[in-house]
Amino acid sequence: MRVNGLFLAGIGVFFGIIGVVYWFTAYEDGGFAMLIGSALLGILPGSYYLWWSTHMKDQPDDDPDAEMSQGAGAIDAFPSSSIWPFILGMGALFTVLTFIFGLWLAPIGGILILSAAIGGTVESRRGPGVDGATGTHPVEPVAAVDGTAESH
Amino acid sequence: MTTTIEPPDVLEPEQPDGPDHASGAHGNGDDHGHHEGPSGILNWLTSTDHKVIGKSYMITSLVLFFIAGIMALVIRAQLASPTSSLVSFQTYNELFTMHGSLMLYLFAGPFAFGGLANYIVPLQVGAPDMAYPRLNALSYWLYLGGSLTMMSGFLVAGGAASFGWVAYAPLSNATNSPGAGADLWLMSLALTGFSAIFTGVNLCATIFYLRAPGMTMFRVPIFSWNMLVTAILILIAFPVLFGAVVMLFCDRHFGTHIFTVQGGGVPVLWQNLFWFFGHPEVYILALPYFGMVTDIIPVFSRKPLFGYKGMVFATMTIAALSTGVWAHHMFTTGVVLLPFFSLLSYLIAVPTGIKFFNWIGTMWGGQISFQTPMLFSVGFLFAFLMGGVTGVLLASPPVDFMTHDTYFVVAHFHQVLIGTAVFAGFAGFYFWYPKMFGRMLRDSLGKLHFWGLFIGFWVTFMPQYLVGLKGMPRRVAAYLPSNGWTGLNVISTVGAFIIGASFLFFLANLWISWRKPIPAGDNPWDGHALEWFTSSPPPHHNYSQLPPIRSERPTWDYNHPEHRKVHSPGSHPLPDKETVEVGS
Repeated sequence: MRVNGLFLAGIGVFFGIIGVVYWFTAYEDGGFAMLIGSALLGILPGSYYLWWSTHMKDQPDDDPDAEMSQGAGAIDAFPSSSIWPFILGMGALFTVLTFIFGLWLAPIGGILILSAAIGGTVESRRGPGVDGATGTHPVEPVAAVDGTAESH
Repeated sequence: MTTTIEPPDVLEPEQPDGPDHASGAHGNGDDHGHHEGPSGILNWLTSTDHKVIGKSYMITSLVLFFIAGIMALVIRAQLASPTSSLVSFQTYNELFTMHGSLMLYLFAGPFAFGGLANYIVPLQVGAPDMAYPRLNALSYWLYLGGSLTMMSGFLVAGGAASFGWVAYAPLSNATNSPGAGADLWLMSLALTGFSAIFTGVNLCATIFYLRAPGMTMFRVPIFSWNMLVTAILILIAFPVLFGAVVMLFCDRHFGTHIFTVQGGGVPVLWQNLFWFFGHPEVYILALPYFGMVTDIIPVFSRKPLFGYKGMVFATMTIAALSTGVWAHHMFTTGVVLLPFFSLLSYLIAVPTGIKFFNWIGTMWGGQISFQTPMLFSVGFLFAFLMGGVTGVLLASPPVDFMTHDTYFVVAHFHQVLIGTAVFAGFAGFYFWYPKMFGRMLRDSLGKLHFWGLFIGFWVTFMPQYLVGLKGMPRRVAAYLPSNGWTGLNVISTVGAFIIGASFLFFLANLWISWRKPIPAGDNPWDGHALEWFTSSPPPHHNYSQLPPIRSERPTWDYNHPEHRKVHSPGSHPLPDKETVEVGS
């Protein structure tokens, strides 16, 4: 956590210095704005990590002597398969093509994006337990939606 | 459908009995191994597994690489004689634009951070998948959609984009570049740009949050470190590109005047925006490949990496400096601050030199075996050194004024990018292919591929330096016999066809490995990092067991207990075997 914070904040501070030097030597707006934007991109998450690194105890992945058992418990819930990224990607494709070939493509893109947004959200709300969840999860498992109970 | 992942079991310290020990398929032990879901094409469409997505990325980008390579051969054939009429001038412009765009936007970047990184980074840090699997899948579909969008420029009236891969402002406006091809090119960058941003977010989150216990930041293999730094660069650079592309599109269609003088706009602003993306992009294309080489050289030298932390800091320094050097592409515009950009560009040579020093230091005194991945890595060192040194020359404004937009620059950036994306990229491909597909590539064919590529590389690009110094400008489809450029161009064309032929060995190699597979085993190279611990190919969610992680090469430590006391900087000594806690 601390290393992550120092890494991001360090890069951000460097961009900040370069940006200020650039402004007072080149007097050019575009580059200055982009450098300061990059500085913030490093400093904001970097200082967030640094703050947390002093306010929480070391995680097992930052402990050089950690045992595997320290990571016991559920890591996270990972979706195992989903059609919605494909639908969303195709929706984005039709949407950008709208700008080139005309508005008649817009409804296709809109419908695809909307259905992907709804489908993806509903899918994440179902929670674990649908296709064979193998462990505990912080959230209470919801009853299986599509009828298949625990398979193994 | 969601699966909750349990962390892998603690591995009991067994009696290790040599390099082949790990062939017991530590990854396959339990029911994490099978994955229920749709099959066939629907499986591919719905997969959120980082391994499937990584392979899809790699196959797509390699197909585009071959298409762009064929375009390069047509370009070289056109230039082999002064006034060739193989293709029309308009087609020639489309060909060099699409060659550059495919290679840079759709091959070199996505092959590394979408393909290999997607596959390897979660394995190296001991994670079951990328942090956001569905976002990862979305990245791939945006990339595929963007690639098809760009390629479809060849199908529309007016042909594909023809303003060069940099799309400089007055040339790329609606008057000078009419037609849907240019619009498709711009929209393709919007799609693939978001694909890259999403992958960057995913890589950051994976490396920050999904490391296995004991995998501290300074034990993460250099490949994953470089991918993290690359991800940060992506997050800096690609939003700027997206903004610039949208502005240009508005100029073309919605009547804005951001880059047009008539309406009070500033054409050179496009160059500022583009190169603020474009120069970090060069390092987005280079750093992942540095990382591959840094992981490969220690394995084939049978030594730990020399100067691990130095490598990490060199990577960070390169990334930090790369954002402050964009206008060295714009020296000849006359509106940039020469000393500022020249100095920062020179400075990049320092961390790059540190990397070279550490690569050589790693090989020094090692038991080097020149198998194909190592051969490509060493080839990368030579190729990139030449490209890098001429880059230092070009950072000097007087030299740049002389050589700007000549074939000298063309030779320079081809040596840099072929050094990284092709030599190092194929080193990585040969290195990790056994892990990805569970079968070996033939070493003899790999060596033929290497030597063809290596010889063709020098024959192609060294004459281009000379012809550039003689004044040949880039992006010309014809020249005069009296210019005296013909001989050098013929040599260059011959070299290009040698490179093309060398890839036949590569294709043959793939074909043979598919028809007559030689099983790879889990750890064919006696590798160092965590990915060699699991089975080849890894099971769904990667690991059921993990070794204790006490240095940056846990698999090697596990397989070679006699060397456990020998450690590189930043590591803590392993406990003796008896004291490793068993069970949980």
